[in-house]
Amino acid sequence: MTTRRLVVALGILMLAVALGAAALIVRYGDTDEAAVQPVDIGGPFTMTDQNGRVVTEQDLLGHPSLVFFGYTFCPDVCPSTLAEIAGWLDTLGEDGKELAVYFVTVDPARDTAEVLGQYAGYFSPRIVALRGTTNQTDQIVASYKAYAKRIELDDGTGDYLMDHSAAVYLMDDKGVFFDAITFTATPEEAVAKLRRLIAAS
Amino acid sequence: MSLVEPRGVLTEPIMSFLRPLALALALVVPAMAAQAHSSHDGDLELDHPWIAETPPGAPTAAGYLEITNHGDSPDRLLEVRCSFADSADVHEVVIDDAGTMQMRPLPEGLEIPAGATVKLHRGSFHLMFMHVMERPVAGDMIPVTLVFEHAGEVGVMFTVQKAADGGMDMDHDMDGEMEMESGQ
Repeated sequence: MTTRRLVVALGILMLAVALGAAALIVRYGDTDEAAVQPVDIGGPFTMTDQNGRVVTEQDLLGHPSLVFFGYTFCPDVCPSTLAEIAGWLDTLGEDGKELAVYFVTVDPARDTAEVLGQYAGYFSPRIVALRGTTNQTDQIVASYKAYAKRIELDDGTGDYLMDHSAAVYLMDDKGVFFDAITFTATPEEAVAKLRRLIAAS
Repeated sequence: MSLVEPRGVLTEPIMSFLRPLALALALVVPAMAAQAHSSHDGDLELDHPWIAETPPGAPTAAGYLEITNHGDSPDRLLEVRCSFADSADVHEVVIDDAGTMQMRPLPEGLEIPAGATVKLHRGSFHLMFMHVMERPVAGDMIPVTLVFEHAGEVGVMFTVQKAADGGMDMDHDMDGEMEMESGQ
C-alpha cells in the first residue's frame, strides 16, 4: 500500500514538474517573440562627407536611406557590398532616385576624406562617404547599435583590421530603422526590401 | 565553362574574342606551372583564379580561386607571394549571427583535405593582398605564387575582374557543384 501511494505521489510530482517546465518554455517563447520588436537603431550623429559637408541625423529626413559601416583596408566584404549597392541602384533606376546611400568609415585614422571620396566614387557617385573624429565615429556606431573593433595584425607591419557590422541598414524618411539587408541576401531579396522601404517612405 | 564579360571594359568584338583565349591561357598556364613546380605531380587542381578590381587608391585587394586535392593525403596552402603588393596572406572572413564581420589571417595556413575542393570566395576564405603598389584593373593578368606544404610552389595566373562580374561567375560555378553533389 505504502509503495503504491509513493508511486502515485511520484507520478503527481513528475507531472507537476513537466507542467512547470512547459509553462516556462511558453513564457520563454513569449519573451523571445518580444525581442523581435523593431530595435532602436539610428539616432543622433555628426559626421563629415567626402566633400567637407557636415551630415547629421537631420539629413536622413524626407527620403529613404541606406547606411553601411566599413573601411577601405577591407578587401572582401566592404567592396563586395558597395558593388552590390551600386547594382541595386541600377536595378531600381528611376524608382530609387530618392534613396540616399551613406558609407560610414569605422577607420577614420586611415580613411581620409580624399581616400574615402575616391573609394566610394568608384562604386557609385551617389554614395556619400562619412568620416568623423574618433568620438563622432563612436557616437554613430553606438546610435546604430553597430559594432567596430580594431584588431592588430602580429606581422610587424603595424597594420590592423576592423571587425564591424556587415549589414546594410534601411532607414525610412523619418530616419527610423525599417529593415536590414544581410551580406548573404540575393540581389532579388535586397531589391524587394528596398522597394518596400521606398513604398513606406 | 561560362565566361562573364567585365561590364563596360571590353566592348569591341575583337576583344570579346580575345578574352576567352586569355582566360583559357590563364587556366592552362597554371596547370603547366603546377606540373613544373610541383613535387606532387598534379594532385592539386586550381580553378577560376581571379582578383577583384579595386577602387583607385585602395590599399588592399582580394584573390579567389577553387583548390581541389585529387590526392590521397591532405595538403595545406601556407604562403602567398606576389610582386604587385607588399605582402599577401590567406585570410578568413566570418560573419556571426549578429551580423558582425571578422577577418583574420590563418596562421596555420588553409588545409585542402584529400579528395575535397576548398573554395575561396567572398565572405569566406580569400587571398589578402596588402599595400597594393599597382592597382589591379579588369582584364589584367597577375602572376601569384602559392606555396603548399606538399605540392610546393605553384605559379598561378589570376585574371582581374570587376567585383560584380566575378561574383556572378562564382555563383554559377557553385550551382554547378551543388547539382553534381546531389546527383551522387
